[in-house]
Amino acid sequence: MLTRFNAFNAVSLALGIAFLHLPIALLVVFSFNESKLVTVWGGFSLKWYGALLHNEALLGAAWVSLKVAVTSSTLATVLGTLAGLALARYPRFAGRALFAGMVSAPLVMPEVITGLALLLTFVGLSLDRGFTTITLAHVTFTMCFVTMVVKARLAGFDRSVEEAAMDLGCSPFKTFFVITLPLIAPAVASGWLLAFTLSLDDLVISSFTTGPGATTLPMLIYSQARLGVNPQINAVSTLLLGVISAAVLLATVLETRANRRRERETAAA
Amino acid sequence: MTRSRSNPFRRVATGSIFWWLFIFALIPNAMVVMVSFMPRGETEFVELGLTLESYGKLLDPLYLQVFWESFWLATLTTLLCLVIGYPFAYIIGRAPRHLRPLLVLLVIIPFWTSSLVRTYAMMILLGTQGVINTALIALGLITEPLELLFTPGAVVAGLVYTLLPFMVLPLYASIEKLDVRLIEAARDLGARKLTTFRKVIIPLTMPGIVAGCMLVFLPGLGMYYVSDILGGAKTTLIGNLIQRQFLSARDWPFGSALSVTLTLTMALMLWAYVVAARRAAQKVEA
Repeated sequence: MLTRFNAFNAVSLALGIAFLHLPIALLVVFSFNESKLVTVWGGFSLKWYGALLHNEALLGAAWVSLKVAVTSSTLATVLGTLAGLALARYPRFAGRALFAGMVSAPLVMPEVITGLALLLTFVGLSLDRGFTTITLAHVTFTMCFVTMVVKARLAGFDRSVEEAAMDLGCSPFKTFFVITLPLIAPAVASGWLLAFTLSLDDLVISSFTTGPGATTLPMLIYSQARLGVNPQINAVSTLLLGVISAAVLLATVLETRANRRRERETAAA
Repeated sequence: MTRSRSNPFRRVATGSIFWWLFIFALIPNAMVVMVSFMPRGETEFVELGLTLESYGKLLDPLYLQVFWESFWLATLTTLLCLVIGYPFAYIIGRAPRHLRPLLVLLVIIPFWTSSLVRTYAMMILLGTQGVINTALIALGLITEPLELLFTPGAVVAGLVYTLLPFMVLPLYASIEKLDVRLIEAARDLGARKLTTFRKVIIPLTMPGIVAGCMLVFLPGLGMYYVSDILGGAKTTLIGNLIQRQFLSARDWPFGSALSVTLTLTMALMLWAYVVAARRAAQKVEA
């Protein structure tokens, strides 16, 4: 029942992959449809993309999303890298168990709960809800993904170079920036990309932590999608998918390359 | 860089993360518990005080019904994902080695793709003038469009579609690690295919099965936008109920009580699993 890869397996595999990709492929195809009707092909056209450029609300939302994604993923990468380092390196410190639990909680917590918990906190702190609160919320929930990537990279990391640097009188800060960071750079970069895509995609946590004037792209897509299928939403979704797929692809390439190099190094050593 | 406790780098690293998590993870969750015991306010969202009123509301048959329906839908989604995802992951895990990275990438891309956009894509497929209805009418199989959208079935289809990658990836991880020699040994010793599957393959891939089920079931309770978009607000998940308390009904204590109950239920399920796994391990040792 295994090891052999026969025609039956190939067909099932193709069906599975079609199920995962067909609806998205249709969405992309219909975004280039001349006709306003979703299922009637009226010829190739870029008119819905053109219409996006005149849609002020949509451009505004895209800009908010981009600003939130860049700011939050950068902060999340700094914090996530430090957290990954702390968990991989320091087996004992005050509050480590709590720390590890809090880092991984967003992975299993339903987003609604994370969202409402942050909303209550922002109200409690009397922070004005808007761009800042969305960004803080995104840092918190994307950080754990960066932590995981960095922690995985640091497991099985040769520390002799770091120790040599320290023995030669390098300060801990300098050692981190000159030795450790360049070595884990691919993991940090792919962590940033993942945080960026998660932030760009997020609807639930943004909806809870937003305020007047801060509508993100997914929030706009959601409110439009509830009204029905609409060609402009097809177009903007296609663009969003393009950006996200590119980021994920890039992250995968970075990880694969780093892994290969590491394998070669271990093989050589 | 870590040898002494007084290492300033270490202090900065652990300190900054600790405080961030303290303010944005620990306090928020404590606030949810606190608010769930507070009375609903007239002018403000909550008033100071201590009450079990919000938990009392949970016993309202209307809400019990939502809990029951939501658990049922999430269970159905999980089972469907497992039934579709297991063979899928198994075939990828046993595919020729050079093909595997590409096949995994084909699952990873939807894994990271916005589930909102994926839910929206299902609308194109299921609508009255959607792709499925148009195709069936063109083929002459039906004359009137079927009502696919805005049904509980559409919600389940949407949940399965968006969550399937979350089932396949952990399953793949455990299937890929499977030692083929153990399966061959079972077959050589005369075990039939089904017996081998039941007694060898399933137990060995159990960690993947459990992780996959968790990653499908838990979001399946909360993804309110799937039931909003595909169910036309006719199907209410626990997520919808919570979201409404915060974003429209403005009953924050009740929304918090719902979240606390949901979290406790999930923790209870996890705990039951850990206990069951430990018992099973003890049985093996004995």
